[in-house]
Amino acid sequence: MLGSGNAAAIAPAHVDAPLPPLKAETRDLHFHYGKFQALKGVEMPVYENKVTALIGPSGCGKSTLLRCFNRMHDLYPGNRYDGQIILHPDNTDLLADDVDPIEVRMRVSMVFQKPNPFPKSIYENVAYGLRVRGMKGKNALDEKVEESLKGAALWDEVKNRLNEVGSNLSGGQQQRLCIARALATDPEIMLFDEPTSALDPIATASIEELVTELKKKVTILIVTHNMQQAARVSDYTAYMYLGELVEFGQTDHLFFKPKKKETEDYITGRFG
Amino acid sequence: MAANAPESTSATAPAVRGTTGDIRRLIARAKRWDVIFIVLGILALGVGFLTFLALFLDMLIDGWERLRPEFFTQFPSRRASQAGILSAWVGTTLVMIVTAVVAVPLGVAAGIYLEEYAPKNWVTDVIEINITNLAGVPSIVYGLLALGLFVYAFGLGQSVQTAGLTLALLILPIVIVSTREAIRAIPAMIREGAYAVGATRWQTVKDHILPYSMPGILTGVIIGLSRAIGETAPIITIGALTFIAFLPPSPVTADFPFLSFEWLRAPFTVMPIQMFNWTSRPDEAFHANAAAAGAILVFMTLTMNGLAIWLRYRLRKNIKW
Repeated sequence: MLGSGNAAAIAPAHVDAPLPPLKAETRDLHFHYGKFQALKGVEMPVYENKVTALIGPSGCGKSTLLRCFNRMHDLYPGNRYDGQIILHPDNTDLLADDVDPIEVRMRVSMVFQKPNPFPKSIYENVAYGLRVRGMKGKNALDEKVEESLKGAALWDEVKNRLNEVGSNLSGGQQQRLCIARALATDPEIMLFDEPTSALDPIATASIEELVTELKKKVTILIVTHNMQQAARVSDYTAYMYLGELVEFGQTDHLFFKPKKKETEDYITGRFG
Repeated sequence: MAANAPESTSATAPAVRGTTGDIRRLIARAKRWDVIFIVLGILALGVGFLTFLALFLDMLIDGWERLRPEFFTQFPSRRASQAGILSAWVGTTLVMIVTAVVAVPLGVAAGIYLEEYAPKNWVTDVIEINITNLAGVPSIVYGLLALGLFVYAFGLGQSVQTAGLTLALLILPIVIVSTREAIRAIPAMIREGAYAVGATRWQTVKDHILPYSMPGILTGVIIGLSRAIGETAPIITIGALTFIAFLPPSPVTADFPFLSFEWLRAPFTVMPIQMFNWTSRPDEAFHANAAAAGAILVFMTLTMNGLAIWLRYRLRKNIKW
């Protein structure tokens, strides 16, 4: 419909803001599940202390891309990465052979689609990442657990029952518990894989609010099926289709003046 | 075929919707199969349960007069009325301890390795198939293997340790398979949750996989042990005694270091062998002894199964995902 040149003329308000510092970037990233190629040469920046949303129809590779950032694919046989994911400022290639996936996961934490608290106490759920890092001493752990639960806006609801099993909480609380667990280890990037798809609208709103709050401290990548959610929480949006990154841009640009017709069709609901 | 069917040429499909009466008759007809199946199911259960009950009660009645405290504290004897199962139940207990101590760590470790560590390739597949097949090998074969390997090659003697090791081999596949099933029941997202915070494989196993699969593993262990407790053939093959009028040396001693493992090398008998011995005697009076010992053996097995159910219930209460 509208060429991108016209778009700029019609809506002069959409001027690119100065680019924030880069936290990570993928360089010519390809990914294979066995023989199936799920990602095809993705080049995407991830800006520091911003929320980047990955959108696209089912099977477009957005979750696959997300799970490359913490090498989750390494848990299963037959998966193969090609290309690089560079983490700044130290320019570590997360996909390099000599980089242990555990090292990657210590720096990049993840919140899953369905709340997955361990069948342990609320306290132990949050403390687990710290224990894995060899943190000992009750006071230090207590402090960090409290800080993380506060960071996940869950402290007031659970402070008197930290020893209860995490799975007794409501779905929304469980997801915030998982956020606290992912937050406790001071990650540089947090990955959210459709974190609200199993939650009701009220719980969804609280998670979205939390994501906006969290970006002050961490860089966030979020996969979502919900276009409104992407528009509400993200600063940048990547539209993916069939394993390719079709369009990347500031969320308001991408939603209101998409440069590509495929993006526009998807966003306006004509497709996908 | 279609030509023979009446109205097959009609263009419109017959109307499905009927009157309320039609629908109710249809449902009633369809539900008849539920009733038929329920009756068949109850019959099937009844056959199993009643057979067991009849056997158990028969044994209990036959052996009732012998089920006195002395029966547990007396050694076997030439006189039926003075014969007891002391050496048999002590032997069974000791053999079971050896079996559990050997089979549990080996079986659980093998199960964890296969599920969490082993690369998925044809070698692993071959090992898996073999383990499943091992569970179906007749127990007498284990007895022959043990006679050659433990008794003669390793010189372990016809002893408690040989019996324990033999039965451990016998139940190893059961422990491995139940460990693997318990591990597979843990959702992938729980495992991913552990890895996602930076846990190593061992940390994930130690802090998550093992605790969460414990109810299933324990159930498998106890089911394995309750199979082992009744095994007769391999125990006879390795040469258990049928008449033994002394106990193995005590594991606790008066002198330093206060613990003794001499009992491992002691000759022994077990409950099923004692039963077998008594049943094969011509003197009818011994048959009551055999029945009494059988009732006790069944009771031991049922107690172990009950324990398995209780443990599983207790441990699973706090494991939800």
